[in-house]
Amino acid sequence: MTPSFRRAVGRSGTARATRRAACGVALLFPALAHAARIGDLSTTDLPAQAARFFTFADPATRWALLGALLLGIACGLLGGFLVVRKLSLVGDALSHAVLPGVAVGFLWSLTKNPLAIFVGATVAALLGALAVEAITRGTRLPQDTALGLALSGFFGLGICLVSMIQRLPTGAKSGIDKFLFGQAAALGPGDLLLLGAVATATLLAVWLFHKELVATSFDPAFAAACGMPAAWVHRGLMVLLACAIVVSLQAVGVVLVSAMLIIPAATAYLLTDRMHRLLWISAATGMVAGAIGTFLSFLGPNLPTGPFMVLAAGVLFLGAWLFGPRHGVVARWWLHRRNRERTERENTLKAIYHVLEQRGFEGGDVTLEELARFRRETLGETTHNTAALKRAGLGAPDSASGVIRLTAEGRRRAGEIVRNHRLWELYLANAAHFAADHVHEDAEEIEHVLGEETVRILEQRLQHAPRDPHGSPIPRPEDPR
Amino acid sequence: MKSETLIPPFDATHVLVDPWTVGLPVFGWIALMGFLVTALCGLVGNYLILRRMALMGDAVSHSVLPGLAVAFLIFGTRGTGPMLAGALLAAVATTALIELLHRPTRLKPDAATGIVFTCLFAFGVVLISLFADRVDLDQDCVLHGEIALVPFESMARLGGLLLGPPSIVRLAVAGLVVIALIIAFYKELLVSSFDPALARCIGIRPGIVHHALMAAVSVLVVFAFQSVGAILVIAMLILPGATASFLSNRLPHRMLLGVVHAALSSVLGLHLALWLDCSIAGAMVVAGCGLFLLAWGVHALRHARRVLG
Repeated sequence: MTPSFRRAVGRSGTARATRRAACGVALLFPALAHAARIGDLSTTDLPAQAARFFTFADPATRWALLGALLLGIACGLLGGFLVVRKLSLVGDALSHAVLPGVAVGFLWSLTKNPLAIFVGATVAALLGALAVEAITRGTRLPQDTALGLALSGFFGLGICLVSMIQRLPTGAKSGIDKFLFGQAAALGPGDLLLLGAVATATLLAVWLFHKELVATSFDPAFAAACGMPAAWVHRGLMVLLACAIVVSLQAVGVVLVSAMLIIPAATAYLLTDRMHRLLWISAATGMVAGAIGTFLSFLGPNLPTGPFMVLAAGVLFLGAWLFGPRHGVVARWWLHRRNRERTERENTLKAIYHVLEQRGFEGGDVTLEELARFRRETLGETTHNTAALKRAGLGAPDSASGVIRLTAEGRRRAGEIVRNHRLWELYLANAAHFAADHVHEDAEEIEHVLGEETVRILEQRLQHAPRDPHGSPIPRPEDPR
Repeated sequence: MKSETLIPPFDATHVLVDPWTVGLPVFGWIALMGFLVTALCGLVGNYLILRRMALMGDAVSHSVLPGLAVAFLIFGTRGTGPMLAGALLAAVATTALIELLHRPTRLKPDAATGIVFTCLFAFGVVLISLFADRVDLDQDCVLHGEIALVPFESMARLGGLLLGPPSIVRLAVAGLVVIALIIAFYKELLVSSFDPALARCIGIRPGIVHHALMAAVSVLVVFAFQSVGAILVIAMLILPGATASFLSNRLPHRMLLGVVHAALSSVLGLHLALWLDCSIAGAMVVAGCGLFLLAWGVHALRHARRVLG
């Protein structure tokens, strides 16, 4: 029997052999479950634990919290640029690509020398970034494919190397899995120094090269015209990113470091439209999530820090997603609803105008029945719509006699809407050469959103023409009615 | 099995001959499993590459973890059925959540993908650690399989007929269904991948095609998982299609080339793993990457020759 064959048979034979021989992901998942817990716990009492956390009684807590805050700053700032550059998943690719570097770094020193592993991991991440760049530039493959190739190709190589190292007599307890899945509790002063250095470098770089970073992110053509080396700005960002990922790995691990890059930045992206605010909010979100995650994992005896940080960031993101002032789901729903109601009101006003126009504007009262017949709707619907006009102060329906009379404001607004509609029809027919019977649908949409300034320009372009393509007069808001 | 050197001496009989003679009952199944995973994932992966969804495999394979944890908490067993059901549900939930996050806001799909799978993964880890006394998810759990274990599963039988290891049978059945669906809906997939607007015009609903494709990816990823692991399945999804894209512009040719790539990379990977005595799935990915680089080189050479006349 060949050695591999025997090994394979042995695996199936006993669970112990399976466990020992398991490599790569097989080995890494269970490590996660027990990874990254803070301190030894003497109490299991929640309030007492919370009090211990806030008094910073344990040095482990202090280090872990400081580490989480520094990580939040570095990842938050870098993530801000990644998200606006549509590179969100680059962090994910690079964090997986470190594996062969970790293995080579370990082989190089044959101990758990953190510096060798750090250098190896950073070099591997940079090679991963170069591979992505080479594939996107040198081939027609889209960027996400390039990211996936770099991610899984490097990881496959890494898994081969790790499984070879585990064969070595020194390799069995290499602790590579710990490096990859992070232990916030294991953060020592040395790791914090590295984290602090990377966070400071990131802050400095963002401060010094803010203009270049923003210009190349939003308008690469403009940046190139200004003589900015866009490719080198990108590479500089990748270098910072590789360093940030490698130092963060020790705290949160491979999968979750990409979360700390994306989630705070995406939260900020939904909260603001200004880049500098986005960066601050992103860094702050990262720090808050880091602090909450550290606190939560401190409350129980067997709780990992990284996943709690990510879940805290996820909850903050959910808040921004729901309640962001302009881009949140609730705000957008509310805006949509208000627009729909306004459109509905304006359509009612327009119908009243048409009814009045048909009888030559004699008398200001329109019966609800007339209106319902004109709009081909039930009397109930008409009553509902006219009530909406009353609420907006545009009309005064009289439910007893079943008539509605527009207020002065309502008359002005009705004239404006009909004017917008007919102006746009005329513009489409005259300037865009639409057939006269094809202009109505488009005008139905745009009449509600034409601004005053656009209307002035349209009137000038059309030389204040009196009639629309169908021959109906275009009202002027100053028209007596 | 410990050896003192990192790279063992090359033994031609052991590396090249044995797997196809003495070791065939074992390595035959391993090579077949590697081929099936890579070929089927690669077939579907062609569409993922065209639709710029290459990283959906990444998302799906990570978010399977909470599905497993929840299924274990509910059913209290590591049996194949509940585990697969939990994993599949989690995979479907992932795609739905990604849509939900990016549709109503200005969030880009890639950011939404990154948020969803990392949060789900974190949730899975928290679940496992919160219920560590009850959740016995360990490395010999069905998910974190190892391709070398495939030949030692108790063989599936249909009547008196010996079919093979259950994971191969399962994957083969899923693969046949996926191939049948691809053939039946070839036009719909093609049009909606290249020109969603045209697809809508001729009455194909891109949303349904998208979700069906994601369901196929989820099933394949969940089945493939057991043998190759979370992250390498991404390579199996993308590598065949990406390699074939250098050699042909026609989709059917790319699919066939992808199958050839799958066969070559699984056999070469097996030999590589036997020589280096390392992870077989990892070696298959490394072999696949080698083929990718080779195809890239051929393509670049051809291109250079055309440019230089």
